[in-house]
Order: sequence, then C-alpha cells, then structure tokens
Amino acid sequence: MTALTGRTVSVRQHHRWKPSALTAQILTYLLLIAVAVLYIFPFLIDVATSFKTEPDAAANPLSLIPQTWTTAAYQRLFFNSDFPIWFKNTAIVTVTVTLGRVFFDSLAGYALARLQFRGRNVIFAGLIAVMAVPGVVLLIPKFLVINQLGIYDSYAGMIIPLLADAAGVFIMKNFFESIPASIEEQARIDGAGSFRIFWSVVLPMARPALITIIILSFQGSWNELAQFIISTQSPSLTTLTKGVAQLASGQLSQGTQYPLKLAAGAIMTIPVAIVFFIFQRRILNASDGAIKE
Amino acid sequence: MTTSTTRLPRRRGRSLHRGQAASGWLFTAPILIILGLFLLVPVLMAAWVSVSDWSGRGSPFASGVNFIGATNYGQVLWAGGLSETDFGTALKNNLWYVLLVVPTQTIVAMALALAVNRRMLRGRGFFRTAFYFPSVTSSVAITVLWLFLFSTTGAVNAVISALGAHGPNWFNEPRGIFHFGAASGPAFLTGNTTLGVSWWDWLGGPSVAMSAFVILAVFTTGGTFMLLFLAALQNLGGDVEEAAMMDGANARQRFFRVTLPQLRPTLFTVITLGLIGCWQVFDQIYTGTKGGPSKTTLTPAYLSYTAAFDDQQWGQGAAIAFILFAIIIVFTIIQRWVLAEKKVSKRRMGWITDAEKRDGRVSEAVAVDAVPNTNRGSR
Repeated sequence: MTALTGRTVSVRQHHRWKPSALTAQILTYLLLIAVAVLYIFPFLIDVATSFKTEPDAAANPLSLIPQTWTTAAYQRLFFNSDFPIWFKNTAIVTVTVTLGRVFFDSLAGYALARLQFRGRNVIFAGLIAVMAVPGVVLLIPKFLVINQLGIYDSYAGMIIPLLADAAGVFIMKNFFESIPASIEEQARIDGAGSFRIFWSVVLPMARPALITIIILSFQGSWNELAQFIISTQSPSLTTLTKGVAQLASGQLSQGTQYPLKLAAGAIMTIPVAIVFFIFQRRILNASDGAIKE
Repeated sequence: MTTSTTRLPRRRGRSLHRGQAASGWLFTAPILIILGLFLLVPVLMAAWVSVSDWSGRGSPFASGVNFIGATNYGQVLWAGGLSETDFGTALKNNLWYVLLVVPTQTIVAMALALAVNRRMLRGRGFFRTAFYFPSVTSSVAITVLWLFLFSTTGAVNAVISALGAHGPNWFNEPRGIFHFGAASGPAFLTGNTTLGVSWWDWLGGPSVAMSAFVILAVFTTGGTFMLLFLAALQNLGGDVEEAAMMDGANARQRFFRVTLPQLRPTLFTVITLGLIGCWQVFDQIYTGTKGGPSKTTLTPAYLSYTAAFDDQQWGQGAAIAFILFAIIIVFTIIQRWVLAEKKVSKRRMGWITDAEKRDGRVSEAVAVDAVPNTNRGSR
C-alpha cells in the first residue's frame, strides 16, 4: 500500500512540471479561490454591515468597511430588546438537550449493541423506521401531543421532544459494536452490574462517538426553529431562532433595520462557529474519524 | 480442569446474560418512551385529526369531534376551492425547488469534493472549511443574510448593476423565471388547470423570489454533501484509478467509468437526503417571505403549518402533512428505481475487484454518521 501511494505521488509530481499541467494547476487554484471568496464573502458582509448605519448599509451593500463605525445595532440588541432572553433560552435548551442525548443515546446504543434481550431486534427495526419520518410532517402532530400532555409553553415542551434522537442511538450502537467486548466481560465476571459496567467501563471508552453526538446535537438544537414555533408562544420562552425569525419578518414596517438583523444573525452564529472550529478536524475529516472510531 | 473448560463458557454465558433482559429494556426505555410519545403517538393522533372536524379547541378526542372521512383530503385535492388552489400552488413551487436544487446541489457537492480531495492541493483545510461553514450556521441567520444580499439595494444587485444590467426586486418578484418576456400563454395552457393551478403557471418555473431560495439551498447544502462525497472518495483510495490509468484511460474516462460508478452508493444517499430535505423546506419561508410574494414561495410544509396554526383548519393541515409524507416516499421510490444498480462492464469490474481485494474495505460506513446533519441543510 505504501509502495502504491509512493508511486501515485511520483506520477503526479512528474505531471506537475509539464507546462500544460502547470497551467491547469494554476487555473484550478484560481477557480477554487474564486469559489471560496463566494462562500466567505457573504459572512464578511454580514459582520461589516452590522457595524454600519442604516443608510450606509443601503448605499454601500458590498463595502466591507463601514463609513462610520457604529455599535448601535449591538447596543440595541443587548440593552434594549429581548435578545438576551432569547440567547439564554437557546443556551438552556441546547445544553439540556445535548446532555440528555449523550446520556440516553449511549445508554440505548449500548443496550442494543451488547445486551442480550428479547425484543432487541424489534426495537432496532423500529428505530430505523422512525428515522425515515420527515420532521416537518410532525409539526402539527407534535403540537397535539405537547398540548395534550399539558407541557405547552414550558421548557419541558421545548426540550423533551428534541431528546427523541434515533440517529444518535444508531451512531452509538455502531460505535459500541466496533470496540472489543473483552474488558466488559472481565468486569462482568468480577460481578459488576450492567449499569455500573456501562457507566464506569464503557462510557469512558466511548469519547470519540460521544463527541460526534455532542457536535450533532449542539448544532441541531442551537439551530432548531420549528420545534419552538409549535411548543411555545410566551415571549419569555422565545429562542434565538424564533426571535430572530420574527425580527426578520415582523418588523419590516419600521424601516429595514438590516444592521440590527445582521448583528443578531452574526451573534447567534458565534457559538456554533466556535464548536465547529474546535472540532473542525474531526468534522471535516469525516471518513478518517468515523471509520476508525 | 479439562472437563470444566468445556462447560465453563456455557455456564458463564448463561449467568452473564441473566439480568440482561431487564437492563436491556431499562436502558432503552427512556428513548423508547420519548420516541413513542413524540413520534408514534403524534402520527396516530394526526391521522385521526386529518379525518375529523376538530377545530383546535379542546381535545381532538372530545365527544363533539366527528369523523368526516376524506373531506379534509378532498378540500385540498379535488374540491375546487381556495384550499385546493393553495395546495396546488405550494406543490408547484416546491416541485420546481426540488427540480432545481437537488441536481445542482449534488453536482456542486461532488465538484467541491473532487477539487479538495486532490493530494497535491495546498490549503485543502482552508478550502474545506470555507465550503463547509455555511452548513453549520442556522437557517434563520442565513435567511436574514439572504434577505439583505438579495434586497433591492443589496449586494447581489450591486454586482449586477456593476456588470451593466438591472437586477430584479428579488424577494418581491412573483413572476416565474420562464415567464419573463411572455405576456400570457396560449389558451390551451391558460385554460386547463391541475389542482386549481393553470398549466401555464405550472410551466412558469419558480418565481424570482423562489429562485433566491434555490441559490440559498445550494449554498448551504453544497458543503454538507461535499463531506459525504469526500468520505467516499477517500475510501476509494487511488488504486482502482491507477489500474485504469495503466490500461490507458484518460482523465475523463477515468471519472465517468471508474470514479463515478464507485461513487454510486454515495450519489444515491446524497440524492435521497436532498429530496427529503427539499420537500421539507420550512425555516427559510417562515423567516423570509411567509409564502409571498403572491404565494409563490408557499410550500406544502409551510402551508400545512399556516392552515393549522393560523387558519385553525387542523384537519386540512394534518391532511397536507400526510400528503407531503406520501410525496416524499413516492419520490424516494422513483429515485431508487431510476438509480437502480446497472451492470458494470467486465473490465471495469476487474479494476474494482482487484483494488477491493488489496485492502478489503467497506464503503458507505460514514454516510450514516452524517444523516442527522444533512437533514437541516436544505430546510
């Protein structure tokens, strides 16, 4: 295998020095850079516009440097609006959902991968079937149940439905199947119970897969919108997504307020961006990580 | 000692499995209860609501709520009223959205993956980050950005006028992109309707406003699906391609005859996920246009929501949700059938099996990992 890769590289290097190949190389880079600019520029515009005045934003939509720097949008968001409440609510929901998913997904994933019990295959088949139901179809149905259970307009109604994460169970089950069972067997012979084995032997070994669950559920619940639309109406329970969406569509009559809206959008992107940059290696080298895990 | 070794594993096995049944159910109970309560029960409840006259007040199981058969489905599909026209319009809008987004995002994702997979490329990490970043941002934040970029005085129109043309008023322009320049269609197209929408309008393509959403979807999901293709490409390794190179295949042949066929499982995954995601577009509409201008960005998912929560037509809303579910299933089946495995030529098969023998790998293992991630992509 090493010999093979070595040869591929040498073949490519050989190509690289031909004039036509060099031109192709330069063209590729130029194209890639152009596309990258296309992908990055909108976000730069977002940040730049959030520091502009409203007339400036309308007059110079492409400029990355505000004519007069102003933090008016941010001041208004933080000191003169419900934005801090939205942020708090999103943080509460995201942290709770992520912790809950980590625990319940790994618990169920471990049981499905390792424990011998009747009905295991039925449960697994059920999980796969459930993964196929499109989320948007469940908007009305979920509201009906939340309402019926009396948890409408409460943190419980916002959080508990989001804990239903069949895909996460699936990921954890796959992971547990990939690690050798010998250590647990040993603990079992020593007389440890199933939960004890799970908690102190298996879970510490599952770090890579748990990080995957953390990334996915953090990102998923931070960015979730539909669930909060149907489970709450009280302003004190509004999340970032819901609040900013209302800001975007509801208050158009009071001028365009683009700096304000874009500032809100920029701030709500920061936490997911941080998570992304921390785990960037692991996310972007998907195949290396996921398979070896 | 010899006798006990033969018996020990069995006895140990039995004693080890004792108590596992209880733990097994106990461990899976939380997730089963939550999934049952917020997935299974809701679907059954909505099924009942879709054939009832429940008005949103009290419990749908109260005595005053009546079974009205397929009336709600009829209102939406064949009664000839406003509900039917709205549903037809939503279906038309979303159909064009799917037809434009799914192929484009698949091609963009594959092109990006092929570009950043090259071993000799400098700054691979930078390019991957740049292309993937839109996928992690929330659909709300990015829709707000889009509203600004595509506003009348926005960045997109600034670029267009710098090129000497005049940009449209994107999110306020209800005309279909294929209708530009045409005053009105021939009578046979304008006179006939399906689901309350004239054939002329069906053929008009997405409105300019919807097209901006199409671009948004490609922008955000290109990176997500790039990761799936990238994972698959890295799994292929270079050996099959090299075998083909030895046989004298050129770059074009190698892509279409070697790489592409090997990417077939991933292609299948990407198109399936793309279809499912595109038929569910909701967040962008809720944040951006609320279905306007002139209902040209209405989608079945959003219509189902407004019918129930705004107009209190819960039965119709639930019916639309079930029809949407059926549409998604039908499209997935069609896609499965179209992309069904065809025979691979013997020589190419030779390259593939040679390579597989060499490192005995499993492809597609990663796809599962990214499933929850891609779902939000096109929403």
